[in-house]
Amino acid sequence: MTFDDSLPIIFMALMGVSMLAYVVLDGYDLGVGMLMHRADEAHKDTMVASIGPFWDANETWLVLGVGMLLIAFPKAHGMVLGALYLPVALMLVGLVMRGVAFDFRVKARDHHKQAWNRVFFAGSTLAATSQGWMLGHYITGLNDGWAFDLFAAAIAVALPAAYVLLGAGWLILKTDGALQAHAVKWAKLAWPPVVIGLGLVSLATPWVSETVRHRWFSMPAFIALLPIPLTTLGALALIRVSLNSSRVTGKLCWAPFALTVAVFMLGFFGLAYSLYPFVVMDRLTLQQAASSPATLKVIGLGAAVTVPMIAAYTVFSYRVFRGKIGELRYA
Amino acid sequence: MDALLLARMQFAANITFHILFPTISISLGWVLLFFRSRWLATHDRGWLIAYRYWTKVFALTFALGVVSGITMSFQFGTNWPGYMEKAGNIAGPLLGYEVLTAFFLEASFLGVMLFGHGKVSERVHLVATFLVAFGTTLSAFWILSLNSWMQTPAGYEVVDGVFHVTSWREVIFNPSFPYRLAHKLLASALTVAFLLAGISAWQLLKGTVNSSTVRVLRTGIAMAVVLVPVQVFVGDLHGLNTLKHQPAKIAAMEGVWETERGAPLLLFAWPNATTRSNDFEVAIPKGASLILTHEADGEIRGLNEFEGAHPPVAPLFFGFRIMVGVGMAMLMLGWVGGFIGRRRRWDAARLPRPLLWAFAAMTFSGWVATVAGWYVTEIGRQPFVVYGLLRTAEVASNVAPARIALTLALYVTTYLALIVSYIAVLKYMAEKPESALDHDTPVPLPAPGSQRA
Repeated sequence: MTFDDSLPIIFMALMGVSMLAYVVLDGYDLGVGMLMHRADEAHKDTMVASIGPFWDANETWLVLGVGMLLIAFPKAHGMVLGALYLPVALMLVGLVMRGVAFDFRVKARDHHKQAWNRVFFAGSTLAATSQGWMLGHYITGLNDGWAFDLFAAAIAVALPAAYVLLGAGWLILKTDGALQAHAVKWAKLAWPPVVIGLGLVSLATPWVSETVRHRWFSMPAFIALLPIPLTTLGALALIRVSLNSSRVTGKLCWAPFALTVAVFMLGFFGLAYSLYPFVVMDRLTLQQAASSPATLKVIGLGAAVTVPMIAAYTVFSYRVFRGKIGELRYA
Repeated sequence: MDALLLARMQFAANITFHILFPTISISLGWVLLFFRSRWLATHDRGWLIAYRYWTKVFALTFALGVVSGITMSFQFGTNWPGYMEKAGNIAGPLLGYEVLTAFFLEASFLGVMLFGHGKVSERVHLVATFLVAFGTTLSAFWILSLNSWMQTPAGYEVVDGVFHVTSWREVIFNPSFPYRLAHKLLASALTVAFLLAGISAWQLLKGTVNSSTVRVLRTGIAMAVVLVPVQVFVGDLHGLNTLKHQPAKIAAMEGVWETERGAPLLLFAWPNATTRSNDFEVAIPKGASLILTHEADGEIRGLNEFEGAHPPVAPLFFGFRIMVGVGMAMLMLGWVGGFIGRRRRWDAARLPRPLLWAFAAMTFSGWVATVAGWYVTEIGRQPFVVYGLLRTAEVASNVAPARIALTLALYVTTYLALIVSYIAVLKYMAEKPESALDHDTPVPLPAPGSQRA
């Protein structure tokens, strides 16, 4: 394989990493948004403060991920976004609503704050639900039919639950006291739908696609791949155990969040293994969808320089705001 | 309505809404850097209050820009899939570089800039503020490069209907790019100038003055006094460049149907697309030729030379006059304000109320001029998406019209509600007393020479 042939694979990886970064990073702040309506009035400001310095950059990963799809795989971009036209629009409206509500709620009149809190909750939920619906359709190959819609609907519940688990984990990590105790409760509530959702994805993709079935359930691949589902199950179990532990509000406050991120990563690798070399399952391979090598090289050069820099200042930003969250103030 | 028109309306609604906010944040970032450094240099409370108030405006504006920008990144694909398939080799890298070099930079350091005080040193905070301002400007660089390339394509070859790059230098620095970039950055600065002056004037009128008000008013007026004339000059150069590369656009802007020497400058007219002539003309003889060719008898090519390939006339004709009209009003008000302010030694109590009302009325005049100007240049590119080479109709998606109409209604409703909220919140914040900004941040006065505040 020449370098030119491997370019689409490199870009697939870059796009995948962007999407994974998006799902994990915006996932926790969407999750916090969805928990808003359950929180006490006094805690809402702290919850928003915990995501305040990060959400802008978190959403930029979505722009990068979709940008990579658009730039590196224009044919797939048209096919995917054309098929998911309505949920994409709903997700965008959701992201718009929550992004602005976040700022408006502290700047508008006091008696409007409640309304903006509700917009923040509704926007987060709409965005997460639309993403779940889109993910459900995407991993089953963008097919039409009631069975596919039913599956997408299940994922439209499971993905928001996973975001809530992640968001609750984030709050356990970043807060203390009563809010932290609430977050532990919320994480426990979100755990079962996440487990069911992951199980559904693991069963549905091989059921829909011959390719996936063959790839996972033929010997000896089945045995070689066994660690992936087993580790995932182990991580899920550990999340539940850690939530029951008294140390989760103390020394182990990082555990639920870190383990949930691990579950997302494992799920992502499983999915990537199922899909490869397709960009759209059983329809379009990444080689078929890719832009010209010249274009990919130009962007690849920029990405090689800038992505490490982006990683560096992302780490810098998280270090600046490390530790438990205090009151958030402009300076 | 057909799918193409609906797709264009949806995209236009989205970019119109989007551009309002970057137009403010590009320059406001630099103004914040100015306020902050004045505060650090003088320890004058007024500058700190100015920084705090306008940081809030910046945060809100930036958020609106980010979320509407995300929508745009999807709509390139959903509305114009053919564009990326045919011009993706050029548009892709330019958009990609914008995300990689600018978006992450501004979004990441925004957090440090907004909330990092007390967690990082004064110097790091100032660097973060600089990087946010730099990021917004860099983003304008890339996106205007792509926009200009669509107007005046260069550095490409077409193989089997697909554009390929022959020279990146020519693609990025295509013929209209330097003019468009300068014109846009100045438009941003002027939008901010009148926003600063307008909101300060409103505070003076409403009696909600704080220690920053007069400083901010002066800053805004000073920007207007200096930059409006520069914008007139750059706008003229941009017009000459357009005449050279896109004569049909100029013909539509000036309402010139037949090629003529010594074309008149139309102050008013009603372009009639059916009769292909103007009704109700009010004109200055030879004016258009004089302005565009700098010769009284210079030739302006008429629309009839471009029949079937020129943009609709009325939106360009009126859009251009709105933009220029607002610009003239800015010039007059800016200079009158600067003159009177100086004469009265910037004493808030002695500034005439009619002057303050005029500035308050012009608070969002930059938005009007910017949107009118963008309509002129973008509608002026029609019927092409890449000028002269690729028609918009060829790149549209085949999404059902009903779906586009439904989502269009959804977007427009959301956007209108948000514009109303944005303006209402700016007004509400302007009328809050200074103490409301104060309890926000207990910032200890940094000792002279110390680095940590």
